[in-house]
Amino acid sequence: MNPMLRLILAQGMLGLNNGVFYAMLSLGLAVIFGLLDVVNFAHGALYMSGAFLAIILYSYIGTWLGLSWLHIGFWAALVLVPLIVACFGMLFERFLLRWLYGLDPIYSLLLTFGAALVLQGIFINGFGASGTPYPGTPDQLQGIVNLGFMMFPKFRLFTIIFSILVCIGVWFLIERTRIGAVLRAGTENPDLVRAFGINVSRLITLTFGFGTGLAGLAGVLAAPIYSVTPLMGDDLIIIIFAIVVIGGMGSIMGAVVTSLGLGLLEGVVKVFYAPAANTVVFIAMVLVLLVRPSGLFGRQR
Amino acid sequence: MSTPLLQLRDLHAWYGESHILHGIDLECAEGQLITLLGRNGAGRTTTLRAIMGMVDRRTGSIQLHGDEFIDKPTHRIAPLGRIGYCPEERGIFSKLTVGENLMLPPMVGPGGMGLEEIFTMFPNLRDVRNRMGTRLSGGEQQMLAMARILRTGARLLLLDEITEGLAPVIVKVLGEAIRSLKQKGYTIVLVEQNFHFAAPLANRHYVIEHGRVIDTFSAEALGANMDRLNQYLSV
Ligand SMILES: Nc1ncnc2c1ncn2[C@@H]1O[C@H](COP(=O)(O)OP(=O)(O)OP(=O)(O)O)[C@@H](O)[C@H]1O
Ligand SMILES: [Mg+2]
Repeated sequence: MNPMLRLILAQGMLGLNNGVFYAMLSLGLAVIFGLLDVVNFAHGALYMSGAFLAIILYSYIGTWLGLSWLHIGFWAALVLVPLIVACFGMLFERFLLRWLYGLDPIYSLLLTFGAALVLQGIFINGFGASGTPYPGTPDQLQGIVNLGFMMFPKFRLFTIIFSILVCIGVWFLIERTRIGAVLRAGTENPDLVRAFGINVSRLITLTFGFGTGLAGLAGVLAAPIYSVTPLMGDDLIIIIFAIVVIGGMGSIMGAVVTSLGLGLLEGVVKVFYAPAANTVVFIAMVLVLLVRPSGLFGRQR
Repeated sequence: MSTPLLQLRDLHAWYGESHILHGIDLECAEGQLITLLGRNGAGRTTTLRAIMGMVDRRTGSIQLHGDEFIDKPTHRIAPLGRIGYCPEERGIFSKLTVGENLMLPPMVGPGGMGLEEIFTMFPNLRDVRNRMGTRLSGGEQQMLAMARILRTGARLLLLDEITEGLAPVIVKVLGEAIRSLKQKGYTIVLVEQNFHFAAPLANRHYVIEHGRVIDTFSAEALGANMDRLNQYLSV
């Protein structure tokens, strides 16, 4: 195979791997923004918390409970952590965020930003600012596979496939099911949906929980790959915001497609001019906004 | 006399600081149709919205089957009162298909209309199920807004200006629909500008001005009072 092509494909795979993380995170942000009109600045910190919770479940919880043999592994974490993070999200929405609806959006923005700082503070205190390794990668996902053009870590391949399935599932849930129809109606005219007899407040709490749960899920998937630090969400969240803006605020399809596309683009740009890889997202954002101010998949408001 | 199905007593309502309803009193017996007439801005829409809990604040009494609803949260009102509400702006959801719009409101009681019955009443809806809601004509949207509350088993229908801006053929279909609903025993509160549409259907007319009921006529007394009514409604 042409070595150049091989390089592009290899970087493309790594880019795609980043892209699926963008997708999982921007998906949650888009779902939350669509229904609540809240820009959740804590999203990156919730992702980070998800990664740390996976570590805690594996390495610490046993000791804390006095059961030193207990290691709650990756597969269990994949279920438990999103639930824990979702519960945290729902409590946060129910008891704090709820009071700010109808006020200037700057209040909810500051609240979620503050929550991010608090979460980061907690984990810096507990684990320090440097990276903590996740030792719980399951045996089935250890090792590498030969993709023909490169040797690719099995676990990364798993995250790509798993995340894409999650994205398709979420898209289906929101665009093709009755629950999704109620959600979409709620984003459009919550007062009327309420008058039809649907408890929109509860729907909002559940949706916020769902969006934050997705961030937690992304955190678990990230723990074995990226270095787990209290600031890991910070680096990512800026890119995620750019993606949500490019895709069109609140658009599920836009968030997913843009994430995967930009992940790939970053990877390919790395081949040709590595220093530009980190800025290409923002260049894309500027270009898209010049042509389509409401984003690729957004509706003109 | 038995208790009326719907009874409003001294109903006040506010949007923010604006005090819009200043003590509405009216009632509607089961199976009857009443109209709320009045000039633009009189407070007829607000009366329906106050019943549904869609105002910022409301006081007084709203009784349905003798139960008090004034303090009920909005999402409990339709199911507990078996109410179907058709808003003035129709409220068709643009992000939902016609089919999804139709199936959106949850059931509020037994005996809702089946799809076949609905399509017989509104034939225009039969072939457009997969279109997006707002891709329909105004008349089709109005039929959809009616159809989706008939599915739910609601027995009290609050209908706000359902003929507004529609072609005569559509108005005729809607008139037929209301007539057949009345025959089926539905209780209906109709807000209308189109007096000729409303007059032959109603048992009683309420004239509203500045958030109060300023007069009421029974259907029989209407002929004798046409002059007065025209005066109320003239601009
Ligand atoms: N959301 C709102 N905020 C503040 N005031 C409102 C609001 N909606 C309506 N009003 C005011 O309340 C009054 C009554 O309005 P309402 O919509 O009930 O009138 P109406 O009788 O239905 O008339 P029409 O539909 O013909 O305009 C009007 O003066 C209107 O300006
Ligand atoms: Mg009105």
